[in-house]
Amino acid sequence: MKMKTLAAMALGATMAAAPAMADLVIPDLSYRTGPYAAGGTPFSDGYQDYFNLLNARDGGIGGEAVRIVECETGYNTEKGVECYESTKGEGALIYQPLSTGITYQLIPKATADEIPIHTMGYGRTSAANGEVFNWVFNYPANYWDAASVAVNYLLDENGGSLDGKKIALVYHNSAYGKEPIRTLEALSEMHGFTLSQLAVDHPGQEQKSQWLQIRRERPDYVLMWGWGVMNQVAVQEAANINFPMENFIGNWWAGAEHDVTPAGDAANGYKSLNMNRVVDYPVLEEIKAQVHEAGNAAGDGSNVGKVLYVRGMYAAMLAAEAIAKAQEIHGVSDVTPAMVRDGMEALEITNARMAELGMEGIGPEFSVSCQDHGGAGQGLVQQWNASAGTWEPLTDFITPDDSVIAPLVAEDSAAFAAESNITPGCL
Amino acid sequence: MLYREAGDFKTSYHADNQTFPIKFDRIGFWISLAIAFLVIPFVINDYWANAIFVPFLIYAIAAIGLNILTGYCGQVSLGTGGFMAVGAYACYKLMTAFPDVSIVIHIILAGGITAAVGAAFGLPSLRIKGFYLAVATLAAQFFLVWLFNKVSWFYNYSASGQINAPERFVVGVAVTGPNTAPWAQYMICLVFLTVCALIARNLTRGTVGRSWMAIRDMDIAAEIIGVNPLKAKLTAFAVSSFFVGISGALFFSVYLGAVEVGEAFGIQKSFLVLFMIIIGGLGSIFGCFAGAAFLVLLPVALKVLGVDVLGWPTDLVAHLNLVIVGALIMFFLIKEPHGLAQLWRLAKEKLRLWPFPY
Repeated sequence: MKMKTLAAMALGATMAAAPAMADLVIPDLSYRTGPYAAGGTPFSDGYQDYFNLLNARDGGIGGEAVRIVECETGYNTEKGVECYESTKGEGALIYQPLSTGITYQLIPKATADEIPIHTMGYGRTSAANGEVFNWVFNYPANYWDAASVAVNYLLDENGGSLDGKKIALVYHNSAYGKEPIRTLEALSEMHGFTLSQLAVDHPGQEQKSQWLQIRRERPDYVLMWGWGVMNQVAVQEAANINFPMENFIGNWWAGAEHDVTPAGDAANGYKSLNMNRVVDYPVLEEIKAQVHEAGNAAGDGSNVGKVLYVRGMYAAMLAAEAIAKAQEIHGVSDVTPAMVRDGMEALEITNARMAELGMEGIGPEFSVSCQDHGGAGQGLVQQWNASAGTWEPLTDFITPDDSVIAPLVAEDSAAFAAESNITPGCL
Repeated sequence: MLYREAGDFKTSYHADNQTFPIKFDRIGFWISLAIAFLVIPFVINDYWANAIFVPFLIYAIAAIGLNILTGYCGQVSLGTGGFMAVGAYACYKLMTAFPDVSIVIHIILAGGITAAVGAAFGLPSLRIKGFYLAVATLAAQFFLVWLFNKVSWFYNYSASGQINAPERFVVGVAVTGPNTAPWAQYMICLVFLTVCALIARNLTRGTVGRSWMAIRDMDIAAEIIGVNPLKAKLTAFAVSSFFVGISGALFFSVYLGAVEVGEAFGIQKSFLVLFMIIIGGLGSIFGCFAGAAFLVLLPVALKVLGVDVLGWPTDLVAHLNLVIVGALIMFFLIKEPHGLAQLWRLAKEKLRLWPFPY
């Protein structure tokens, strides 16, 4: 009896997977449920809306229509693997799982299957070394860049010296949250600040003890590597202990509207990094006119212009540009994952191109090469204005300290190469 | 008519005591084994292995483990996730410390280490019962997850706190790592599950199993008739943790390949395995298979039906899944506390009389 249901399901699955093979298939491993849905939903909306805009406006990329296959992961690695396996058979060109845990899962699998992964500002930092991680890209920036950008910003604030300062790191107790620790430790030795580490367990609703410790230790600055419901709780807890908000800096996954609005006016002055500038881009108007009004909006359409929506759109733009580049290199419009990888490795994003796409200055200029899959690594600092309800950029894009990050990337990627028997080299 | 005892004569004690006394059951058992070993490995692909079969086989081992403790010995445990984590991390440490030893030995040793840890956490069961014991095992769950997060020795001091399974081979075929063929993943889990199920089935039919069930049904009476509660409870914890440890080791090394303790072995994993044995049937080996198959297949089936066939939004389907699992658990607790296994037993009872019920 069991076998019969299995067989029936197999039939259903193959029938569902059969049609439309000629499109450019873009899987969207999204999460619109669970404690991380607040961040996953706007990102996925932006990601899908941009591809829908390309379909509506330009007829896809290079004349090939884009087909999005959405799969709900719930930020859960098991479901992420299931989503990967169920979408890869449809000819998936590029994976962007928006989860560091799922990324770790997919790096070996996708490398074996030869499908590129793009983890924009998350995932495994040492994947910036393209000679070891041939199929993984994390341009335009990664966590270690973020840590360095935050420290560089604080150096600027303090006249170039952090000697004797105390900095606390509040982090999500997972691969994601642990990523910056190595860099921050190196930086603390270099600049003479003391670093204390406070782990917050998944999902992050319970942070009373961590913030009591912060109240006791009185650090000069608090950095946060948070995601999902953890961010809202942290901002509220910081307000509860009257921690000065301007000394509280989140990374770029802890700086969206929904992270600060629940705390109301108390969140005023909270700072965060961002890797994409958020302004009223012309492309957003086009999305509204050509996608939303045609009834093709992903989700409920309420997220246009939000921080993470813009980031999702930015991610989609980078993927679309890489596909266009691949079409140009190989001279065919119906590209394969391996061709897309070549396109990603030859990708060059210029200010002129961003302006042409209606998103001038959304990110820094950068180019990718076989050796460097990490991009420019720049980020800016933004501050929440509670009364206006907007994030105001405080700085231009800040450059991280490559002299600290490059050796760490080399060391970690060499360890991975030794562990998995990889001989570094270009494809 | 087909399914009957009549005419199936037993001429020896051995025959009378066999696992499947009815001939039809025996044939069914051998046929399903034959299909599992001789047919599925040749038709399986990546999707079927990773989305359905491998998780089903691994969860079935975990469910057998928990069922021995909860279903047969009556000791409620919420520490399954933590014990799976012990199996996974023990396997990882062994794999990286002794790369030349076979992975099969590592997995069995990981089970042994988990058995020792489980027995240690089972000690409170000699004093406390019911809800109080559940809370004590809950403490084990949180303590173990915290331990594997906190002490970096367990994850070989990696920056991310993740553990990654290196490539390992069984008779020249890769069974862990990214280049594993789906049939190899499937086969190693299937072999472990078959052996575990046979051991569990025979343990529960013998002296040890009877002493567990005596403790479950009434511990004071059991003690009076000469069952040693110390031995019965601790063996139940050890044997149960052994299976759970093996499932944790397979879960990490063969299925996922990279694991983060809080995410993979959190409290929700304990509940998932508990739901499997509740829905499948407490105190039944068949129930472990039924419950694991049900809870692994349900989300996939709903997804195929809702998203791929009907085109519903993915979040709606994910929420529906939660609603349906919750409703089913309530339904089973009220209507059929013995789970799918009892429905199966009833169906068989009816079949024996078919087509002439009286």
